Amino acid sequence: MAEILSLSEAVARFVQDGDVVAMEGFTHLIPFAAGHEVIRQRRRDLTLVRMTPDILYDQLIGMGAARKLVFSWGGNPGVGSLHRMRDAVERGWPAPLELDEHSHAAMANAYEAGAAGLPCALFRGYRGTDLPGVNRNIKFVSCPFTGEELAAVPSIRPDVAIIHAQKADREGNVLLEGIVGVQKEAVLAARRSIVTVEEMVDDLALKSPNAVVLPCWTVSAVVEAPGGAHPSYAHGYYARDNAFYFAWDKIARDRNTFLEWMQANVIGARS
Amino acid sequence: MNYTTAEMMTVAAARALSNDDICFVGIGLPSAACNLARLTHAPGITLIYESGTIRTRPRVLPLSIGDGELCESALTTVSVPEMFRYWLQGGRIGIGFLSGAQMDRFGNLNSTVIGGYTHPAVRLPGSGGASEIATSCGEIFIIMRQSIRSFAAKLDFLTSLGHGRNGTERAAAGVKTKGPTLGISDLCSMSSDPETKEFVVRSLHPGVTRRQVRENTGWEIRFAQAVEETPPPNQMELEALRELNERTAAAHGVTAGD
Repeated sequence: MAEILSLSEAVARFVQDGDVVAMEGFTHLIPFAAGHEVIRQRRRDLTLVRMTPDILYDQLIGMGAARKLVFSWGGNPGVGSLHRMRDAVERGWPAPLELDEHSHAAMANAYEAGAAGLPCALFRGYRGTDLPGVNRNIKFVSCPFTGEELAAVPSIRPDVAIIHAQKADREGNVLLEGIVGVQKEAVLAARRSIVTVEEMVDDLALKSPNAVVLPCWTVSAVVEAPGGAHPSYAHGYYARDNAFYFAWDKIARDRNTFLEWMQANVIGARS
Repeated sequence: MNYTTAEMMTVAAARALSNDDICFVGIGLPSAACNLARLTHAPGITLIYESGTIRTRPRVLPLSIGDGELCESALTTVSVPEMFRYWLQGGRIGIGFLSGAQMDRFGNLNSTVIGGYTHPAVRLPGSGGASEIATSCGEIFIIMRQSIRSFAAKLDFLTSLGHGRNGTERAAAGVKTKGPTLGISDLCSMSSDPETKEFVVRSLHPGVTRRQVRENTGWEIRFAQAVEETPPPNQMELEALRELNERTAAAHGVTAGD
């Protein structure tokens, strides 16, 4: 049953050094506030999982929280490179970063398989690409009925999934809507989960019987964190801060500028 | 009207799309071309972005693949696993519109690394949706700026399968879709040769010479027997594109299509 906690309590209780951590949100609802708390609590040796590592993972990697990255597209959308991620991959700063690189189709299937309790995902993918040659977690199997060759990847089973959503009620039932990405799958695939929300409400006031709700017994902790997806956005609450995505390019390009920015805006800032 | 080579490229790419097409849209140059088509001759086109937004009609070009307006203006928005499983892998999308850092003569694309994989000179973003878009959509259109580095004789990494390194790998890999059929650059339009599968120049954009095309291509590029001149952008196309870019710049502070 979900516990209603403060952000610092939730991260202290549910994120440990060495964990496999999936922070999801496909451009939308990226859990920045929670990720920043992970940085403040100085978690180390994390395996970070995320389809689209962008600014938040650039920050975690640049601050030395990650040992390994499982991903399918790493960049600053519409702007360019992730300079901290590139520095780690190209020059090993602040530490070497092991890559477990996939395609979007593979990761989406792997999350779904994780949510379904399966050991692996099968799909029609990776045909003719060089990725299987550099990633031992990509295999091919034959369909037992048709003989068709299909790609297989291990399911994603994170120790902890962290997502941001619009609302939760006092029991900890969670509503997310808009571009919903893989967040439902990530939470259901994980052993533990933290959900930050824009607001806690008495009644979720669902507009559709098919609204995406994570029942309270699927979530470990719910945290009220208004603005917790900024500079990404929360459908119905605030828009994406595109100017910050452009500004980040300059901040992240230089190691010292990056460290100073993190000190002033994340480490020194209270949760 | 005067126009830039970038405008010519986007207009030429938009013209390749029609009103009835179902198109999976990559961010950047493909997104600009697909939305220009929708705003000009193909108002009924179905544009799909990998964030799960189906039949989206944004007023400005999205900065990211999951901008809020893509969802707000869409017919429906599905989860990302559903997008890749039911819609893309399910074979419900006719055209995939892609770009990349490098392309070879067979329309194979690299968006992963420049240099070696383990210690790359440049770490690029990676596949995203491209690897499976390239094999699951009915056919692939490619839009890229042409240079000796981007039009490479040999890719540093093959992220998305075109016709393979010898032009025959699709069938060998069990892929039944057509693969790259059309390539548009800022210099020319190319189509895939029915026999050899390599890209052949079919039309030169106005003012572009064969020599320019050769100098900006890393392999010995072939020209069709009758090379045409691409019709220049007309007033309606240019006005629609510039208005789109102005709205986009006002919304984001820059031009997302560049």
